[in-house]
Amino acid sequence: MRGNAEMHELVAPGSLGAVLDLLAAQPGAWTPIAGGTELMVAFSAGRLNAHKLVNLWGIPDLRTIEVTPESVTIGAATTFLDLRKHAVINAELPLLARAASWIGSVANQSRATLGGNLVNGSPAADSSPVLLTYDAEIETISARGRRKVPYSEFHTGYKRNVLAADELLYAIHLPLRFARHRQYLRKVGTRRAMAISKVALAATALVERGVIAEIRLGAASLAPYPMRLKQTEAALLGQPLTRETVLAARRALLAEVQPIDDIRSTAEYRRRVAVNLLEEFLLELRREGSRP
Amino acid sequence: MRANGKRKPDAHWPEICFTVNGESLKVCVPPMKRLLDVLREDLHLTGTKEGCGEGECGSCSVRMNGELVNSCLVPVLQAEGSEIQTVEGLALDDDLHPLQEAFLHHGGAQCGICTPGMLMAAAQLLANTPHPSDTEIREGLAGNLCRCTGFIRIFESVTAAASASDTDPAQEPLLEQTNHAR
Repeated sequence: MRGNAEMHELVAPGSLGAVLDLLAAQPGAWTPIAGGTELMVAFSAGRLNAHKLVNLWGIPDLRTIEVTPESVTIGAATTFLDLRKHAVINAELPLLARAASWIGSVANQSRATLGGNLVNGSPAADSSPVLLTYDAEIETISARGRRKVPYSEFHTGYKRNVLAADELLYAIHLPLRFARHRQYLRKVGTRRAMAISKVALAATALVERGVIAEIRLGAASLAPYPMRLKQTEAALLGQPLTRETVLAARRALLAEVQPIDDIRSTAEYRRRVAVNLLEEFLLELRREGSRP
Repeated sequence: MRANGKRKPDAHWPEICFTVNGESLKVCVPPMKRLLDVLREDLHLTGTKEGCGEGECGSCSVRMNGELVNSCLVPVLQAEGSEIQTVEGLALDDDLHPLQEAFLHHGGAQCGICTPGMLMAAAQLLANTPHPSDTEIREGLAGNLCRCTGFIRIFESVTAAASASDTDPAQEPLLEQTNHAR
């Protein structure tokens, strides 16, 4: 059944401080809405459970990209189009620019926000593998103050995260120290445009003196939430890029992931594709090494 | 507003102001009402179509503050203060927009349901990229589905409109004029 606008309250307190005061006054009562590309789909279909919504779209403090020599800080309501257009993100964090270009169409990218993608917490979220492999840190905000958590600890279960009832996702911090790393991102979906991924893998790695000195693997659609493959990373860290290492990493990945059968794919297909993506990256790493 | 007796009086809802095709307007509607429905039901601008209602098909594409958006996914409160351009704002009185001319001449429209969205996505593309490559056209229209034409004639129409503005530079500003012309 079609959603009825009269059944949903939507308020725009205006400033970030006023939004935080509202969340503090009635923790858990209000659902923040930014670009609406997730919540409005549910609304249109008549299955939006939230009846009190508070607007974040148009709050300037949340739509910023700040660059220092050490890091890039992205406000939670920055759109994927903003990310695609940003020179430093294209140059220094190319996987993020590429993932942003894969998120739906131009009309979705002009509205969908990075913070919304993370808070929504889809296991298939396009930006998540990239943020995991770039070692992102999440900053939250509430009337009580701000705190930071590693993004790899942000999701706690299917569509669950560490945000308290009065907290908003405020910003995403990305360290700028991957210039020498070999970087990899591949999304496997039904078609190139508009498709939700069946499985996606992002990777950054550094090879020093013939062994893997650093590696981070971020995966989508292989677990109930976007997941860093820490056991697979452990199987690779300090190892030379031999056939045995690749086989051990494939085994570690298969032991670590828990994909499911759903309308988009099967668990078995996801497992097979995931190990092949990992191998593709490792062979590339062996062939090309870290970046010069 | 229709007087069917069941609707709450308009005064119940906050005033929301924005500009549509250059005209300043004010509506009193539920803040969660979709921009698409406000355009069609309250402003009677029925050129904007509803297809999927979930941001996949692009039929409801309009331009908001110079960006392409799916109007089915915009709660009207978020349009407060914005400049909106719909398909009705493309032509200047009787003069069709170069894209509309090109769609006519190259068979870019069949049943017509997707056409307003296609035109708005193409207008957005040409505003940012006046001379798009084939790949850029495909990417610019990737969010707009057509079930009749097979897309090729639509892509050809956009290419033709881009080269028409190429040979006649005087036509190029039309893309931006329409928001302010009235």
